[in-house]
Amino acid sequence: MEFNPVMPTSIDALHLILGALSLILLAVALVRGGSKRSEPVEAQPVQTASAEAADAPEPKPAPVLKSNDPESALQLLGLLQQEARFIDFLNEDLKGFSDAEIGAVSRVVHEGSKKLLDQYFSLAPVRTEEEESRVTLAAGFNPAENRITGNVVGEPPFTGVLVHRGWKVTKADLPKLAEGHDPRIIAPAEVEL
Amino acid sequence: MSEGSRYSVGVDLGTTNSVLSYVDLAAETDHPAEAVLEIEQLTQPGVVEARPQLPSFLYQAHEAEVSTAELSLPWGQSPPQLVGYVARHLGAKTPLRLVASAKSWLCHGGVNRRSDFLPLNAPDDVVKTSPLAASAAYLAHLKAAWNYRFPDQPLEQQDITLTVPASFDPAARDLTAEAARSVGLNRFTLLEEPQAALYSWVNRSGDSWRDQVNVGDVVLVVDIGGGTTDLSLVAVTESDGNLELNRIAVGDHILLGGDNMDLALAYRVKAKLDAEGKSLQPWQIQALTHGCRDAKEALLSDSDVQAVPLVVPSRGSKLLGSTLRTELTRDEVEQTLVDGFFPQVGIGEHPRQQPRGALTQMGLPYAQDAGVTRHLASFLCRQSNAAQDFFGSAQDFIKPTAILFNGGVLKAPKLAQRLISVVNGWLQQAGAEPARLLDGADLDLAVARGAAYYGYVRQGHGVRIRGGLASAYYVGIESSMPAVPGMPPPLQALCVAPFGMEEGTETSPSQQEFGLVVGEPVTFRFFGSTVRRDDQCGLLLDYWDEAELEELPPIQASLPSAGRQAGEVVAVRLAARVNELGTLCLEAIPRDGEQRWQVEFEVRDV
Repeated sequence: MEFNPVMPTSIDALHLILGALSLILLAVALVRGGSKRSEPVEAQPVQTASAEAADAPEPKPAPVLKSNDPESALQLLGLLQQEARFIDFLNEDLKGFSDAEIGAVSRVVHEGSKKLLDQYFSLAPVRTEEEESRVTLAAGFNPAENRITGNVVGEPPFTGVLVHRGWKVTKADLPKLAEGHDPRIIAPAEVEL
Repeated sequence: MSEGSRYSVGVDLGTTNSVLSYVDLAAETDHPAEAVLEIEQLTQPGVVEARPQLPSFLYQAHEAEVSTAELSLPWGQSPPQLVGYVARHLGAKTPLRLVASAKSWLCHGGVNRRSDFLPLNAPDDVVKTSPLAASAAYLAHLKAAWNYRFPDQPLEQQDITLTVPASFDPAARDLTAEAARSVGLNRFTLLEEPQAALYSWVNRSGDSWRDQVNVGDVVLVVDIGGGTTDLSLVAVTESDGNLELNRIAVGDHILLGGDNMDLALAYRVKAKLDAEGKSLQPWQIQALTHGCRDAKEALLSDSDVQAVPLVVPSRGSKLLGSTLRTELTRDEVEQTLVDGFFPQVGIGEHPRQQPRGALTQMGLPYAQDAGVTRHLASFLCRQSNAAQDFFGSAQDFIKPTAILFNGGVLKAPKLAQRLISVVNGWLQQAGAEPARLLDGADLDLAVARGAAYYGYVRQGHGVRIRGGLASAYYVGIESSMPAVPGMPPPLQALCVAPFGMEEGTETSPSQQEFGLVVGEPVTFRFFGSTVRRDDQCGLLLDYWDEAELEELPPIQASLPSAGRQAGEVVAVRLAARVNELGTLCLEAIPRDGEQRWQVEFEVRDV
């Protein structure tokens, strides 16, 4: 009967971790987007488009997409593995283990992830209003910061219920890596002599 | 004071962490803001981060262990001796290559502090280093990190204040100064850590510090860091209508701190698991110690948490099924830490063993008694006469009227409360007013911050703490009596430096003369006393209580043979001087001639 209270907490913790990870990855992508290291892939698509459709009256502007540099994503995975045993945990087969056992391990993942999140990122909610309260979006609101859903008709200002406050990374500061460091090794094999 | 210096830099070279803080000297205010340097360092092979602390650990990496490409720092390649987080990280799993607590070794008289013997008992193929060289390595890293951040204001050109424990003996102070010089830092002074903490408090309190203490106050500074406990007393007096601070006593060097507490908790949990039939491997105990540190903080705060789970994950990639789970309860923490380290004791209950028993033992002289309150009771009783010069009337123990805390351990409200309640219990029994806690202290960074502020104070801003030597020093003289079989010749002690001798002063040469053989070093036994406050220079003691004088490592004088014939015996007198750095110098002065020869403190045979 001891296990009953454990189940919901462990599931909550799990969701929290997964949520946190997706947020972090999103945050990294966003931060990368703003930094000069990511290279917009503008030139190539334009060339191929003009080669294939040389006689087209007006070449359409090619969609501007940027490719992500995987290095910082790999670095983040490495940190999550070292601090929170993240990869180990996701690769476990949960079948056959009790929620109490999973719950114990999820503490490792939760504590480590939280420590990492606090150390390298500063997070703030996008909106400061209480969730489930009514908010009004004035004309010209930033659609990247505020996603409108449901009965999307008419013209702003829009009034609706704040479902989720959103998260915004205000600072992301991952450790610097040495030139010769291979970020693909997110955890070295350990051999005790 | 010094030209070209833009910053006053404070360096807290701690037992477990080092911190560098700085103040802009151009600021025209009495309470300048100190900043703490974010120290760029390797946190793992190939990873560089800036952190406010540099863990005082040194790791002698095996050449096959890390590739040189992974040892880049922003300013170039790291030396093969790794310091900081990376050293602590690698050393956690390979302790035989890790040098820790170099600072405690620096004040350990039983070893040659210049000889390469650390890590202690490591196999022969591990490169060894000395406590002196390890301290120099931490300073070298701090210097490199500073010079990377402030390329136009190199550290060697700034005014530096290096902090040392109040209980450091003259040799340990000298060695700290030598470590600084060996990395090219020459513009520095030494400051006692509890004083630095008090300076930091004064600066943080702004002008209101004068309202928080009054003439007649005796402030007890209790500094419990990761590895050591340091005690000092500061009296508040008045001169020309201004408040003055006088450091009147310092305690023994007690190797007892937060690390002991984490270990005690881990062993408590281990015992609990043993009882359940689960035996732990060394790496699990280490992980448990780590977990206990975090759990302790949660349980010692004022919250209502009754138990904190401790989870030790498996070492392999399979987590489920092999992870150890237990918990630490509030009761366990309170019994182990609050009652174990801060027992409710009477003022008459002192540590069962003197903190520094055998001078020759190998290994650090850890405190045998973990009761911080017993050490404190002993200190207050031993120093019962300390405030006599200031406030008259002898007492059975010194009664502090205010307390200032420092060190990470006392961040835990339960421990701080217990310590105050024990002290106030003593005061109440003696019919004295309870001591009040001076608040607003920054327990982790106060020493470095206070040291940076001290450099500013030295330029004539704000109040300065008067200190001087916290010990009187004596040279042992074997008296020339007929030998009695089976009895060592009786020993006399000549006071060569009185208590309270101030920076920049010197004593006149002793009446007593010593015969030195030219070209041959002569060794003297050397003693210090923190309680014989009235002995004047030149006083010859025939008898003393064993607890009054503490034997320090021997000192050595040698006269170079230049201008003299080898083997010639020259009569010299001894004089003491406290130099501008704040370190004691003993000099041998030949009766004829103006020359002075330095007497060396650190002379253990190699």
